[in-house]
Amino acid sequence: MSGAAVTMMLVGMVLIWGSLAASVWWAVRLHRRR
Amino acid sequence: VAAREEWGSRLGFILAAVGSAVGLGNIWRFPYVAYDNGGGAFFLPYLVALLSAGIPLLVLEYSLGHRLRGSAPLSFRRLDRRAEWLGWWQVAISFVISSYYAVIIAWAAAYTWFSVGQQWGEDPDGFLFGSYLQVVEAGELGGLVAGVALPLALIWLVVLGVLWRGVARGIELANRILIPLLVTMFLLLVVRAVTLPGSAIGLEALFRPDFTEILNGRVWVAAYGQIFFSLSIAFAIMITYASYLPRDSDLTNNAFIAGFSNSSFELLAGIGVFSAVGFMAVTQGIAVEEVATEGIGLAFIAFPQIISTLPGLNTLFGVLFFGSLVLAGLSSLISVVQTYVAALQEKFGLSRSRAVLFGGGASALISLLYATRGGINFLDLADYFINNFGIVLAGLAEVVLVAWVFRRLGLFQQHANTLSDLPLGRWWLLSLAVVTPLVLGSMTIDNLWTTLTEGYGDYPIPFLTSGWLVAAGALVVGVLISARRAWSGEHVDLVIIDEEEQQR
Repeated sequence: MSGAAVTMMLVGMVLIWGSLAASVWWAVRLHRRR
Repeated sequence: VAAREEWGSRLGFILAAVGSAVGLGNIWRFPYVAYDNGGGAFFLPYLVALLSAGIPLLVLEYSLGHRLRGSAPLSFRRLDRRAEWLGWWQVAISFVISSYYAVIIAWAAAYTWFSVGQQWGEDPDGFLFGSYLQVVEAGELGGLVAGVALPLALIWLVVLGVLWRGVARGIELANRILIPLLVTMFLLLVVRAVTLPGSAIGLEALFRPDFTEILNGRVWVAAYGQIFFSLSIAFAIMITYASYLPRDSDLTNNAFIAGFSNSSFELLAGIGVFSAVGFMAVTQGIAVEEVATEGIGLAFIAFPQIISTLPGLNTLFGVLFFGSLVLAGLSSLISVVQTYVAALQEKFGLSRSRAVLFGGGASALISLLYATRGGINFLDLADYFINNFGIVLAGLAEVVLVAWVFRRLGLFQQHANTLSDLPLGRWWLLSLAVVTPLVLGSMTIDNLWTTLTEGYGDYPIPFLTSGWLVAAGALVVGVLISARRAWSGEHVDLVIIDEEEQQR
């Protein structure tokens, strides 16, 4: 795979899976109420 | 009136909402759309579309259902007496979708069985249209296909059985089983796919960015279209599901979790599908562009070829792939049918079991049309017209009515903000009042122009007319049902909106 393709794959993973992880973390750790 | 049913837990709601959003489109549509619209560069318009239309619409529908505590027709009726038709239109769209969606799941169930020993043989194309579906000319029926009708009956039995048991004991329990199972099976599939020879070539084709495409309007329309069709919005589902949330629920956070879960699964599917496509291209010595495809062609022709070519564990890989399609489809179908089960209960005062029997039973009967030898043509037509001239228009009507005609966006913003950690700011209002109507409006004009000038899929005009009739029929049925003013099952005069306004 080319560097550009690998980079975009990683960018997509970090942005999308990272945002999901952050949303779940926010629900579990940061919520004031349910 | 009995107390409204509720989800047993927050996780239960999220799993059900994700189960609804994650469907066949995530597996067989997203990978090709991304590949065909700039590859890795597609992430930019895709994420912009998710944040400027997808998640804002999810929050709106969650707030609508949660604030007004009803199925889509009841929620819109409570929003304004003149809006009930929109709820019934969306429910009618769901009814049409459920009738053919069940049939695709039935094919996937049959193919899970065909995977054992790769029963499609050397020619999966001929097998699908010949031996299995025995397809006849567009517009002809040609008798019921037993290989479709039998799994179809089983699918309906499962779905109606789940709905019969209710929200917490049925839908929630089913999704608590279906979603973890789907994710596990799909992860195994992806791991096998990326370790195949040639997978890097497929991934290269999917992720190689073509940044010039970002300036292409078509790519942005594709991104908004993918987000819109993938999230189960604008056909009554999310309004219905959110109406069973407990009073104290973080709606905005739930929308972010559901939206990003859906996209996460799509990304995973892209990696799995294009790894497998790369493998096939390498083993056959052809270019990825000759193998890359979407929809029925990808799932029922390309994948059987891939499964047959694998160096080992062919049956297991096949069962994982088609089993995943079945699970993803089932959790979506359950949510689609629930929209009209809930609406029938509330409008006509039916018990849950009767609403399941009449509503689901009617859809199951109609689905037999698509289980005939000519069924695939009817299915293709209904799918095209109900998506492009049903869902898109109903979504457009929803944002225009709520934002501009009844001017209630502020109310739902306030409702979500009272309950959620993250306050919705101006971006949310701008997304729903400006961005979404513009995008859906331009999609409608584009769809109309293309269909009127070019037709669709080489079908003859009389057959195409039946597609227009299906799309128009959903709207007409919606308007007709809303003409009956009475609600036998729920008090519509629960004036929730005015109560709050008086407090201000």
